[in-house]
Amino acid sequence: MTTVSMTVNGKNISGEVEDRTLLSTFLRENQGLTGTHVGCDTSQCGACLVHMDGKAIKSCSTLAVQASGSAVTTIEGVSQDGQLHIMQKAFKENHGLQCGFCTPGMIMSAIDMINRLGTDLDEKTIRHELEGNICRCTGYHNIVKAIKAAADEMAEVLEAAE
Amino acid sequence: MTAEGIGARVLRKEDKRFITGNGRYTDDMTMPRMGYAAFVRSTYAHARIKSINTDDAMKMPGVDAVLNGHQLVADGIGNIICGWMVHSKDGSPMNMGAYRALESEIVRYVGQAIAIVIADTQQQARDAAEAVVVDYEELTAVVDSLDALKDGAPQLHPEAAGNLIYDWEIGEEAEVDAAFAKAAHITKMDIDNNRLVPNPMEPRAALAHFDPSEEHYTLYTTSQNPHVARLVLSAFYNVAPENKLRVIAPDVGGGFGSKIFIYPEEIACLWASKRAGRPVKWTSDRTEAFLTDAHGRDHHSQAELALDENNKILGFRVKTVANIGAYMSLFSSSVPTYLYATLLSGQYNIPCIHANVKAVYTNTTPVDAYRGAGRPEASYLVERVMETAAREVGMSPADFRRNNFIREFPHQTPVIMAYDAGDFDTSLDLAMNAIDYNGFAQRRAQSEAKGMLRGIGISCYIEACGIAPSQAVGSLGAGVGLWESAEVRVNAVGTIEVLTGSHSHGQGHETTFAQLVSDRLGLPTESISIVHGDTDKVQMGMGTYGSRSGAVGMSAIAKALDKVEVKAKKIAAHLMEASEGDIEIENGELKVAGTDKKLAFAEVALSAYTGHNLPEGMEPGLKEGAFYDPTNFTFPAGCYICEVEVDPDTGVVTIVDFVAADDFGNIINPMIVEGQVHGGLVQGIGQAMLENTQYDEDGQLLTASYMDYTMPRADDVPSFKLETSVTECPGNPLGMKGCGEAGAIGSPPAVINAVTDALGIRDMSMPASPNRVWQLIQDKGMKEAAE
Repeated sequence: MTTVSMTVNGKNISGEVEDRTLLSTFLRENQGLTGTHVGCDTSQCGACLVHMDGKAIKSCSTLAVQASGSAVTTIEGVSQDGQLHIMQKAFKENHGLQCGFCTPGMIMSAIDMINRLGTDLDEKTIRHELEGNICRCTGYHNIVKAIKAAADEMAEVLEAAE
Repeated sequence: MTAEGIGARVLRKEDKRFITGNGRYTDDMTMPRMGYAAFVRSTYAHARIKSINTDDAMKMPGVDAVLNGHQLVADGIGNIICGWMVHSKDGSPMNMGAYRALESEIVRYVGQAIAIVIADTQQQARDAAEAVVVDYEELTAVVDSLDALKDGAPQLHPEAAGNLIYDWEIGEEAEVDAAFAKAAHITKMDIDNNRLVPNPMEPRAALAHFDPSEEHYTLYTTSQNPHVARLVLSAFYNVAPENKLRVIAPDVGGGFGSKIFIYPEEIACLWASKRAGRPVKWTSDRTEAFLTDAHGRDHHSQAELALDENNKILGFRVKTVANIGAYMSLFSSSVPTYLYATLLSGQYNIPCIHANVKAVYTNTTPVDAYRGAGRPEASYLVERVMETAAREVGMSPADFRRNNFIREFPHQTPVIMAYDAGDFDTSLDLAMNAIDYNGFAQRRAQSEAKGMLRGIGISCYIEACGIAPSQAVGSLGAGVGLWESAEVRVNAVGTIEVLTGSHSHGQGHETTFAQLVSDRLGLPTESISIVHGDTDKVQMGMGTYGSRSGAVGMSAIAKALDKVEVKAKKIAAHLMEASEGDIEIENGELKVAGTDKKLAFAEVALSAYTGHNLPEGMEPGLKEGAFYDPTNFTFPAGCYICEVEVDPDTGVVTIVDFVAADDFGNIINPMIVEGQVHGGLVQGIGQAMLENTQYDEDGQLLTASYMDYTMPRADDVPSFKLETSVTECPGNPLGMKGCGEAGAIGSPPAVINAVTDALGIRDMSMPASPNRVWQLIQDKGMKEAAE
């Protein structure tokens, strides 16, 4: 067993894990953060996507010990002060989710997409950038729409701030 | 009608928990002292089990129990059933082989469960499962259904000679023979429907708990129909009587049919929780899901269409061999028969149809209902033949279809169905306009100018939803009734809970069902909660599949609301000293027509519960239930047109435009209906372009992960153009038809008709992968060069 310490959603936590424990297992079982889902075993579906030190990673193929010392953000940490993140709101307003299982990973992936590429996103780029996330319900149509809407709204917010 | 009533694009009430990570799925549940299960699974497609040695596994850390099929049978757990009896054309009942939750003698597909291991952690359980030594004597496997029917093929079950489950037929063969004898043209095709894996994103899971003091079980499970699960687990698998078994299907991450069935793992976890004396949780990994979730489709068919000299259809002849896999899953027998061959008339006047279906055992994962269940197979067959026949007789595919459309309703087809309403011309017109069908030639020329091939394909689908009425499906062999139940509970403060037997796993019932109540009573949807998925809360229900929750489930709610309104009006009339017939319900108030007298709905509700001043003889309370059994199926229909561009150098097919024009009858929430169509379309496009389930000749599943099975991703598909028209369904009080499966039913033939149009070829198999398309282009080039 190894002790891991990290910041999860702004809170310092530590726990005892077997070396082979996946970050997804650590978050779900040790921390009770069940918003991070596991939909495959091959790092393909993206339901487990979280941010580690500001970058998107797949927590089902990251060991908890690898994340030790880092800052992890999960879907539970995206809302601030009870206010939904613009991306969360856009998924709801554009019906970008149905069963909800892929949704946390989709939202974390979409936020990362804007963090990396900025808010000037066209449909082709959004579709290409979603290559690491699978949804079986929505046919992607409204997910793409939601990300575009959120990107546009974030651009407006940034412009207003300048 | 209110702002949140029928027809309004109300945002989903359930979304907040999903977008914040607060959804509660089965794998999120924990219990004190919970252990984890892992299954020992067959590594062979066909083998005799000589021995199962658990000695090493039992010594491993954290391991509580390793249990096998001998113990399961000894404890009286029953065999897995198929709930729909189909008879062969000679009148004999289907030949069903024994199917045990844990097999201890002969395994018949890779992944079949042999033993269950219970340990303190999931990893310990998995490690121990690997340490169980199963000694096999390998037997020859058969994978393809046509091979399984050949003389000398490996035999799977002693009950099914020649691997034949049934040899079924529908329609009048002699009439069809006579029609073909006078045909001016016959179009004959061999058509396969590729095997698919449903792949809801949430893998199946079960958490079972046995309380010895009460002799009571609780099962959290990923189910589309928890009441059916409880019924079957009680009545057939002898796990526990119904009053001692609570089944809860909490948030469920998609189903698409694959979560209808009661699988070996749920049975084994329930049984093991008693044996091991602790709660047991099992969660499938994705490869287990590929190996054990019921697959879909897998037909080999021959179809022949007879036309007269005016290109009117004279008759249709179909022969299909359906691969059922190694065992008969819960509704597997009905899928290639009553859910398939009854739709072979499509949207067309066809005087006579004869279909013969042989259902066959093979050493593959069991096959059962997957989004559309039989209807995609029918629509693909009919629409591929229609398109090809049009090309052969030199008519435009649109005109050829119009030439044969049904235009009078009700319409009795030669294959049981009586279509109640529809307007197929309007759907075709809407789709052709939306895609600018007439401008296609110009677009094709533009593509050709840059060295690309372009094609367009039409699909005019019809399907049947809300299977009913119960008496009729019973006469066809169904083991259950297909009604739905609902209870409307008005609380004393005027808020409402609706308990429904439908189950939402992505469909948005918490929103749409509340919209119905809002529409009727004029209350905001925030004061209306939908309760589902728990057999301790909802008395009974048949669950959600076959696009039935609107037409059947909401109709039950509407019936219960009728009763609530009657009682509320009686109370209001009494309180306001008015005649019951003068009371109107509007904007959350009960009003005396033509006066300014009114009471808030909440005031009437409170009166119902105080009971201080009720009409003489009236019971207190305001809570009503209803069971609703429809009078007929519903018949959603529409027209899909797909336009593709093909790169002849790479074989890559790109969908450049896709229009779906659907008639779903009345729509409660257009936003949610559009979402259902988008998702269905991509599953259908996935079948047509990407997805294929591939076994090797020994029965090993080669496509058992997302590295190997091509799931549609965002950049594989376009955004869609959707159109709707409305003919109301006369068979239910809401005039609804159902929208959950249409996209998956209608889209595959549109894609393949477009690809064959682009390539200038007649026949091809799905999926239209780059490799296959490139090869077809090469073959055609070789053939043309040779000529």
